[in-house]
Amino acid sequence: MENKEEIRLMKGNEAIAEAAIRCGCDGYFGYPITPQSEIMETLMDIEPWKTTGMVVMQAESEVAAINMVYGGAGCGKRVMTSSSSPGISLKQEGISYIAAAELPCVIVNVMRGGPGLGTIQPSQADYFQSVKGGGHGDYRLICLAPASVQEMADLMGMAFDLAFKYRNPALIIADGVIGQMMEKVVLPPQKPRFTEEEIIKLCPWATVGKPETRNRNQNVITSLCMDPVEMEKINEHLQEKYRSIEENEVRFEETNCEDADYVIVAFGSVARISHKAMEMARKHGIKVGLLRPITLFPFPKKEIERLAKRVKGFLTVEMSAGQMVEDVRLAVNGKVPVEFYGRLGGMVPSPDEVVEALTSKFVK
Amino acid sequence: MTEEIIIAGFGGQGVLSMGKILAYSGLMQGQEVSWLPAYGPEQRGGTANVTVILSDEKISSPVLRMYDTAIVLNQPSLDKFESKVKPGGTLIFDSNGFTRFPQRKDINIYQIDATEYAAANNAQKTMNMIILGGMLKIRPIVKIENVLKGLEKSLPERHHHLIPLNEKAIKEGGELIKKLN
Repeated sequence: MENKEEIRLMKGNEAIAEAAIRCGCDGYFGYPITPQSEIMETLMDIEPWKTTGMVVMQAESEVAAINMVYGGAGCGKRVMTSSSSPGISLKQEGISYIAAAELPCVIVNVMRGGPGLGTIQPSQADYFQSVKGGGHGDYRLICLAPASVQEMADLMGMAFDLAFKYRNPALIIADGVIGQMMEKVVLPPQKPRFTEEEIIKLCPWATVGKPETRNRNQNVITSLCMDPVEMEKINEHLQEKYRSIEENEVRFEETNCEDADYVIVAFGSVARISHKAMEMARKHGIKVGLLRPITLFPFPKKEIERLAKRVKGFLTVEMSAGQMVEDVRLAVNGKVPVEFYGRLGGMVPSPDEVVEALTSKFVK
Repeated sequence: MTEEIIIAGFGGQGVLSMGKILAYSGLMQGQEVSWLPAYGPEQRGGTANVTVILSDEKISSPVLRMYDTAIVLNQPSLDKFESKVKPGGTLIFDSNGFTRFPQRKDINIYQIDATEYAAANNAQKTMNMIILGGMLKIRPIVKIENVLKGLEKSLPERHHHLIPLNEKAIKEGGELIKKLN
């Protein structure tokens, strides 16, 4: 396996697979679904079990795949799964268990249009599901939203790092455009997988079943706790962890916000489309900036709050009926108007549409 | 320089791979590139299209409403994309099976009957390269040497012996294409 940085042309899905191997992933468990099937296809094609020793397994179902991830994560392994919207819904029970058991893992959702089986075309309508919980109970996922093929590769490593730092599942929330498009990408260098000894040292919580750990207390990984007094303490600990994530891990990208009258807030492929819309609007003399959240949880609410003191209004653009816009409105807290433009069910907005939305809602 | 291109036709005509080769060619000459397929469940027979952008600058939106160049290889694609060529832009079509020809007066229209030519010369497998050759004749956005380098990079090694055949197809395309207006 080559260990140097190299420029390649590949699909976002392929970049996820390549980056997973290179960041030392121990296991992938998945079940195929459009528009993300290339992730497992690429892994099967590369056959990393012959080089790094990474396991790649097609499970019998999405439910099986997420529970294989639960098992692998419990052993302190760097494990992941991927799917698209309906498949991610199937995984929610497992995700809630993994969050409750405080295990690190990476889940990739290449969103398609819903609800239901919906369509195979791109969408962002799983925002609520991703950032507000999705499964049952008070839990949060660390949500990373790539906007390019390069970021598909970059955020893969970051997702594992954050998942292990906080012992919490991390979700890469992409969409069919980013999954299917090809762009230039520089892949990260190959990192070795952690050895059993390193896992024992780095993950004292893991169930490793090794003789050298017999002199310590037994590790129990479970999400079940029958005592509500105890369960409340567990919940309070989880909430404290989520507040710490909100304090330390907010990531976003700003373009032209310094002198902007209006700021577009968009993530993923829609942020790219909105970037072009911003350029077009600026040519017409409208001072527009772009705020692209890279982390959807934690959400860049402080930055939006700061901008709200200065700008005349926000336009949130999404491939949904308006989900992230609710978080933008919470952050803006009524200081200036927050407008919304969205396309639904697998339709992708063009830059012209975003400019039209901006001028019709604000400039008039 | 930025060139925004749509290539559309039936699945199986080599639309996506033509776009891929174009994107690889741009990569070979150090440009920024994006390749976005309108992906569907069809392998053959359905409609397929791909948006390719080559640019000297960072590419913002991979999704576009208007294009500098449209290459349309069937009637539904012409019907869909004729109106989406920027004024002064280029429309290239293969008239095989067409019942209605392009109407616009404010764009440059070229015809390249590659399907017919490929059938007569037993060159169906390089039909898309004939069309690419035609396009590069009138819009030389990538150098032929970079197309060949791109082919080398995108084709598996077992197909590398076919590269001279593709080079021939590119040349033939350059001779086959004709301006209509």
